[in-house]
Amino acid sequence: MSDVVLAGVSVAYDGAPVVCDLDLSVASGEWLALIGPNGAGKTTILRAIARLVPFRGAISIGSRALTELSSREVARQVAVLVQEPQMPVGMTVSQYVLLGRAPHLGYLGKESARDRGIVRDVVRRLSMEELASRPLDRLSGGERQRAAIARALAQQAPVLLIDEPTSSLDVGRQQSVLELIDQLRREQELTVIAAMHELTLAGQYADRLALLVDGRLAAVGLAAEVLTERAITEHYRAQVRVIQMNGSGTAVVPVRN
Amino acid sequence: MTATVAVSVVPERPAALAGMPRLPWTWAAAGLFALVICCAVGVLVGPIHIGVGAVLQALVGGQVDPGQANILWSLRFPRVVLGVLVGGTLAVSGAAYQGVFRNPLADPYLLGAAAGANLGATLAIAFAPGTSLLGVNIVPLAAFVGAGAAVAGAYALGRSVTGLRSATGLILAGVAIAAFFNSIQSYVQQTQTASIRQVYSWILGRLVTAGWDDVLLILPYVILSAAAIFVHRRLLDALTLGEDEVTSLGIPVRRVRLIVVVAATLGTAAVVAVAGTIAFVGIIVPHAIRLLIGRSYRVVIPLSMLFGAAFLVLADAGARTVVAPAELPIGVITAFLGAPFFIAVMRSTRAAAL
Repeated sequence: MSDVVLAGVSVAYDGAPVVCDLDLSVASGEWLALIGPNGAGKTTILRAIARLVPFRGAISIGSRALTELSSREVARQVAVLVQEPQMPVGMTVSQYVLLGRAPHLGYLGKESARDRGIVRDVVRRLSMEELASRPLDRLSGGERQRAAIARALAQQAPVLLIDEPTSSLDVGRQQSVLELIDQLRREQELTVIAAMHELTLAGQYADRLALLVDGRLAAVGLAAEVLTERAITEHYRAQVRVIQMNGSGTAVVPVRN
Repeated sequence: MTATVAVSVVPERPAALAGMPRLPWTWAAAGLFALVICCAVGVLVGPIHIGVGAVLQALVGGQVDPGQANILWSLRFPRVVLGVLVGGTLAVSGAAYQGVFRNPLADPYLLGAAAGANLGATLAIAFAPGTSLLGVNIVPLAAFVGAGAAVAGAYALGRSVTGLRSATGLILAGVAIAAFFNSIQSYVQQTQTASIRQVYSWILGRLVTAGWDDVLLILPYVILSAAAIFVHRRLLDALTLGEDEVTSLGIPVRRVRLIVVVAATLGTAAVVAVAGTIAFVGIIVPHAIRLLIGRSYRVVIPLSMLFGAAFLVLADAGARTVVAPAELPIGVITAFLGAPFFIAVMRSTRAAAL
């Protein structure tokens, strides 16, 4: 089981509170989208769950407290896809994906044939075999995003945290990346927590949405419940029309008066 | 006419994935070959002609002219071995610093090791010429202590300011400490004019040896340093990711950084203590390997050892012969040969990988 539970979680950077007393639970295999205006604390929550930032309160994964785990154990439970993954110049796709095996190796350990086999399977699963020996700096934006997903998958962690998975992609590639994440989630029974700024896409792909405002939870629930004209106008200071589309989700459309 | 079709009944092992990091054995063999050739040149070049046959005889303990045997065993062999240790260590330490600080311009002297060694040696030459401690000349000991003190100072300063969260804090601390040590060194040098020439020749670097003493003096540190860096080569690759990404892989970034910096500093301090500050080797050797062969530290670290050692032994042979019977400082040769070579490498690869 890999449900993620946050109870009374607060995070402060240099004394300034960024996330305040947050309660949130994500079921095993669920996709939860964190939405909210810039600076609401979405990234910070992801960093806390990956234990990249100190926090107060309790976070547990699969009923084990995060603070009881070693950093390697955390890395075996939680894989992180940061918003702008660093793509080291000259590093091949294979080598990059192989780094995902780090949590399964000892400090000075070496990758085994099994580790290399897992990398091969992941690269094959994402149809990147042709790109395996290509340096990362010669990939397109969409290919880079797939390489980053492959590295996270090689980690074989049941929880996948994603920060703005589609921020630099065109609408077609946004859809294909999100479809890929959704397929992988179902195949591998991953729990996905993703910070997303495209509200319509968030509503279409996530099971539930959590709306954050100033580090606090303003609403959590299904897309139709959270994405209301009133909530978006109030918290995003945006002029929008929310349209319920039969069977294909909730569309949030900006309007200009 | 019968056509035979081979049908494979054995389930095929899935093909290995392309692009996995590995040391290309052809380059490893080329590195070893280059090292052997350069060592041979280093042993054979000198004011007194000694043939290949005599050298081989001396190595296997055969019959050799006693005069020649003496030159080989007390001058040329130790000097070549020292060149191997110094060159390999400088190149590997440079590669390690570049990895840890994610800075392509990092060299083994980045954190003030050279300034500290220069100050230590200057003090020893100026105030205690010819002294020895426990049978060892005091100059390398003072240089070693100076290098260690400078880097420890830079580390303590960097840690107190940024808590080692950023490598930049450590680099700036090293710059500050180096400037401070250099100012003291210049002051001592200007006020002690009698020893100025000796100080200069020390600072420019040289491989003058008195038999095997220097080799034995630095051997333990050099081996420890090289071994520690070598076993961290996979983690140095991981360090090329962003800070959050490495940490989220469960890798203790600060511990890796600390161990590698200490190891590279120990090796650098030992080397600078006996050879002075030899410029450029720690930068051009690792970068030439990155440009020509590969950027994974699994490639860069072992090949830097081989090619760094070969390059320095060759440069030393040049330093001894260009203006014979006088000797050039080896730093002059490494920069004079190294810079054009490096420019050629950059141009030929069109710096695509920079």
